[in-house]
This record gives sequence, structure tokens and C-alpha cells, in this order.
Amino acid sequence: MFKIMEEKVLNKDVKLFRIEASKIAKMCLPGQFVIVHATEEAERIPLTIADYSRTEGWITIIFQLVGSATMKLAQLTVGEAIRDVVGPLGRPSNLDNLTKVCVIGGGVGCAIALPVARGLFEKNVDVETIIGFRNRDLMILEEELKQYSNHLHVMTDDGSAGEKGLVTQKLEELIQNGHQFDEVIAIGPLIMMKFVALLTKKYKIKTVVSMNPIMIDGTGMCGCCRVSVGGKTKFACVDGPDFDAHEIDFDEAMMRNKMYVPEETEKREQTCNLFKGVTHE
Amino acid sequence: MNSKHEMRLLEIAKRLTTFEEVALGYNEEEAYLESLRCLNCKTKPCVSACPVAIDIPRFIMKIKEKDITSAHHIITEANLLPGVCGRVCPQESQCESTCVRAIKGEAVAIGRLERYVADNYQGEAHPQVAKKDYQVAIIGSGPAGLACAGVLIEKGYTVTIYEAMHENGGVLVYGIPEFRLPKRIVKAEIETLKQMGVKFENNVVVGKTVLLEDLKQENDAIFIGTGAGLPKFMNIPGENYNGVLSANEFLTRMNLMKAYQEKYDTPLKKMTNVAVVGGGNVAMDAARSARRMGAHVYLIYRRGFQEMPARLEEIHHAQEEGIIFKNLTNPVAITANNEGRVTNIICQEMVLGEPDASGRRRPMAKEGSEVVFDVDTVIMAIGNYPNPLLRTSTSLVEYDKYNCLVVDENNKTTCDGIYGGGDVVTGAATVILAMGAGKKAAYAIDLYLQNGKER
Repeated sequence: MFKIMEEKVLNKDVKLFRIEASKIAKMCLPGQFVIVHATEEAERIPLTIADYSRTEGWITIIFQLVGSATMKLAQLTVGEAIRDVVGPLGRPSNLDNLTKVCVIGGGVGCAIALPVARGLFEKNVDVETIIGFRNRDLMILEEELKQYSNHLHVMTDDGSAGEKGLVTQKLEELIQNGHQFDEVIAIGPLIMMKFVALLTKKYKIKTVVSMNPIMIDGTGMCGCCRVSVGGKTKFACVDGPDFDAHEIDFDEAMMRNKMYVPEETEKREQTCNLFKGVTHE
Repeated sequence: MNSKHEMRLLEIAKRLTTFEEVALGYNEEEAYLESLRCLNCKTKPCVSACPVAIDIPRFIMKIKEKDITSAHHIITEANLLPGVCGRVCPQESQCESTCVRAIKGEAVAIGRLERYVADNYQGEAHPQVAKKDYQVAIIGSGPAGLACAGVLIEKGYTVTIYEAMHENGGVLVYGIPEFRLPKRIVKAEIETLKQMGVKFENNVVVGKTVLLEDLKQENDAIFIGTGAGLPKFMNIPGENYNGVLSANEFLTRMNLMKAYQEKYDTPLKKMTNVAVVGGGNVAMDAARSARRMGAHVYLIYRRGFQEMPARLEEIHHAQEEGIIFKNLTNPVAITANNEGRVTNIICQEMVLGEPDASGRRRPMAKEGSEVVFDVDTVIMAIGNYPNPLLRTSTSLVEYDKYNCLVVDENNKTTCDGIYGGGDVVTGAATVILAMGAGKKAAYAIDLYLQNGKER
């Protein structure tokens, strides 16, 4: 059973669960994800493993309430169990042979940036981290990321925390100020990753992004997580989720991510109605 | 006497709106009358044509005596999934193809009789006592793994099946639709194995959650039955537009995630006009499922009816249900609107040339031909590659250039104590061939462990 040991509200839309999952905790590496199936009727969705303890046998997942699956997940609470958690899936991020890396996290993408930054930092890589949010209220994991970065730069769209501006502005500033990155690792909304990729292409800096497409099984079976990389179709679940950002067809990925938006909106409204009046203290 | 007793079918109008089983099975009278057709011949050609060698005439004679319990015992000596096999085996190309009755008329309806016995058996499974001090791990709970487990548990081994999904049964639950194989049948037959003592560990992806190397340490033998689950695409322009799905994705959404039932959340795009590409059983399953969701369905296949790998019965049912067959047609591109939603599938007409390596006539494009279908959904049902997860995480066993697991004539891999069978070895094939391989491997594992004990 995948019992929830702890829950934290990171912002009004983002929650963290610490879950008993000893087998997964024993095997997982930064960049890998799990498929979470909250209840019998819920969808199976991929969520990144944000943190883990091999000795205590737990992992943490961080999720944004966007659809019926995450809403059903959020209805579970400490002491209850998630029906199914499968993993660790995907290939781990490559953290070897790097000396200086810029890690970029956008919004809930910081949940993936965290284990990557931590993994690099623990290998004595010089980690320059940039995180971006719409505003101060949506900021997550600032303290944790600070702990595993040589420098942490916070950007908000409205300037309510850190500096006003986009993560790409900060990245360009760092590059122009002479920071020599072996690699940029960016995780966040597709549109952010696309613009990071365009920028680093200009400066010829190798860039890796973590893709988070729609998935069902996470083991290569359904093929709905298709991503075009260098003109070839790849499955994010078994070939990724990390890919060379300069080879990805982001426009196609953005189009594919919107595939079920009408259906999800409808389901979400149903789920919301279902849970109306139900509150957790 | 020269033809099979017909099996009653669900009326067509009802098929188009529900997922209820189409073939309704024999009643007692029909089964009895059909059992009389068996000549109980001495040569029993049907038995040798059965991949799991069920003693067919013997169980049919028990139906004649109206002794369902004994008939069931005879079948389950060889096959622990009679309800599944009675429904999905291609009997016409196996047991029934060799029936002496078929020389003048139709073969005995062996599959229908097998199903009758499975559906009407009242007894319970008996827990097996672990008599042998050996543990066997089975990877994958599909037909190969289940058949392997059935043999080994009866021989007294401790058996654990590791399954990546949250439900057991592999392709029987994610692939084959409810109207052809009701999930309660699969559940009941898996329940029998559980009662006998087989342990199931779900949500374990071997190669990811645990390594093959770890299982090797903890167990005395291993069976790999991971199937062929990596969908093929055609690599034509437009294949990543919204509305192009693999048959695996479509069927998984429908069967495993139950998208056709209101209370389940997994979404399915509304589909009005659907093109299913392929001519196998999976293509028929996808086409007939889409039809039940209210769609107008074209089945696009590059060869003709003669060459279609799907079972004849499936083709007939698909035709009855209004699937429009577009044979000798092959897709070359898919187009979409500015939101990326599929609008058309563009095809070429084909002609058949000389037979190729598979013995089927090779399809060739008719120069300058073009056929366009207005569709909002394209389902690719052109086959699967073996799943790569285990292969890419271990060097204990060898895989060939097609990424199929390499095994010898006893289903042993290149590593001592590790066996394999089913689609991971052969590439996508049938349920019963996978079960046959699972059984064969189980006998080889038994022999290996017996000998090992003596060493």
C-alpha cells in the first residue's frame, strides 16, 4: 500500500505528499517519475519524484490541481493510501561530467528541478538556479532549492518576489555576465522551455528539458506520450522524459498537451460538483 | 450433422450501443447436440493441433454424459484459462482445422464447447500445497505468465507473478474488449490461480522497480513473459496530430481505464468518423469498439480479405456491425486543422503482387491513385514491438535484432534458470500460442529445478 505519511500545501494549487513506497525509494534517481492512480475510477497520471529516502522508504510527489485526477488525489489525506504508484519510470537525468550547470524551474516544474539541482550539487557541480513564477503567492520550494544551489535567482512576472521578469531574461543576463555553463537544464511550462531552448541555441549551450506529456501506462505501451525529437518520434516514458531541447518540436508538444482540454474541463466541473461542501481541515 | 450448431449472438442493434458480449455461448441442449458430432476418433488430430494439447475428445465425451465437472477437470489438466481460450483462440486454424468432421462439412465446434464447460462449471479451485522448496518468479501476468504459473503451482512450487499494471491479465484486460472477452471471465480465471496459491505483485515494473538481477538472487527460476506492448506507427506525415492513437492507447483507455463508463475519469476524444489502420484482430477490436462509441468506422487495410490476419468470425462481426472495409488501401499522410485536430487521412490504392516472405501477396501502390477519407480520429493497429523496459535494464539475457528475447527449443534464455515465452519471444501473436509457450517453459523449469536438486 502506498500510504500518505505527510501532506503539505505549497501554494493554493500545489500540494506535496510524502508516500510510503520502499521499493521505488530504493531504486529512484533524479529525473525519474511515477505513475499515480489515486482511486479505481481515477486516471493514471505521471508525477515526478521530488525527493526520496532510501533508508526510510518514502518518496515525495508534488502536484498541481489541474484536472480530475489531481483533484481526486488531493482529496486523499494522511493515513490514507493511494491505490497505485508505479515506478521509478523514465531514464534518470544525466548528471555526470558536468562542472557548471544552470537549472531552471518554472512554476510546478520546480518539483522536478529540485532533485536535479540536489543531484548536481551533491556531485560538487556549480549550480546556478533560476526559478520563475507568476507571483509571490505561487512560489514553491524556494528554501529547498536554495539549499542545493550555489546561487538561487527568483523571478516573478509581477515583481512581487525576487526580480520582475522572465527566467530567460535572467539566463541571458548570467550568460552575458560571463557565466560559462556546460549545460542548461530547464523544467517548466512548455512555452518557457521553448524560449529557453531558443535562447541557448543562440549561445550554443547544450540544453536538456524534461517533458511531461499525457501518459497512461508509463511503460511504453500506449504511445500517447509521443514527442518529436530531431524529426523522430520518441516516447517520453521510455526514451525520456529528458531530451535535447534544441531537437524538440515544442509547437507540436504544446498542441498535443491540449488534446483533452475540453474533456478535462467537463470532468473537472463534475468532480468539483461532486466534492462541493467537502472540506479537509 | 454436417455443420456446427450455431451460437446465438447478441442482436446487432444492441451491439451498437453496449459493450455486452456478442457471442452468447451454447445452452445445455445445444452443447449436448454439438457433442454428439464428435466422432471420438482414435487418432485425435485435434489434440496435436492444440498449442496446449487439451484432450479434446475426452472432454467432449463428458459433455455427452452431461458431466460438466469431469469435462472441466480434463480441460484444466492442460489449460487453466478455458473461459478465455474458448472465446479468443483461433480454433479454425488450430484444433478445428484438423477435425475429421471437417473433411466433409464443418469441424466440431471445439471452442464453443470449451467455453460452455468453463461457463457452466460450478466447482471451486483447490489450494495447492507447496511441496517443493523452490521459488519461481514470473514477469508479466498476461497469457504466457498465467499459463506458466498454472503448471508450476500444480507441481508444488512457490510462484509469484510481477505485474506492471494495476490489474492482472496483460492483454486480456488492456487489449481485448469486453464484448469479446468479458473482464469477469478473466477475473474469475485469475481468481482460480490465486486460490491455488499463486501470488500477484502489482505495480512492479521489472527492470525499473526491481532488477532482473535481484529477482535472480531471490528466486530459483524466472519466467519472462513481458509481451509485445510497444506500438508501431507508420512514420507518415501528420501522425502526431491530435486524434491519431495507437490501438494500444485506444483499447487501454477503453478496457483497462474503462473510458466508456461514465464514472471513470479517463477521457476519450469524441469520435465521429474513425479510420482504423490494420487487418488483424486488434484492428477489428479497435474498429468495433469505436463503432460502439457511436462512430462511423472505416477499416483501412493494404491487402485483401484473403490476406487479413484477423479471425474470420471477427471480420464477420465487424461487417454485421457496419464497419466499412477499405481493403487494398494504404495511408500516406494525415492532415489536420489549425488546432492540430485530424481532418483527413490520405491513402493510396494498392494492388497485390507476388507472395512475400510471409507467404501473403505483397501489396504495391497504384501509381497516381489517391483516396481521401474525412475523419477526426485515426487508430493505428499495425502491430507492436516487444516492450523495451526489461531489455534495456539487464545484460543477463540476450535479445535479437528485432528486440525479441532469445530462447532455445525449451524456452530457456541465454541465462541458466531464466526462461521466456509468448509475444516477447515471437513478436505479436495469439493468446493461445503465448499460453503454449508459458506451459512449455514451466515444464522446462520443473525439469531444471528437479535436476538442480540432484546436482
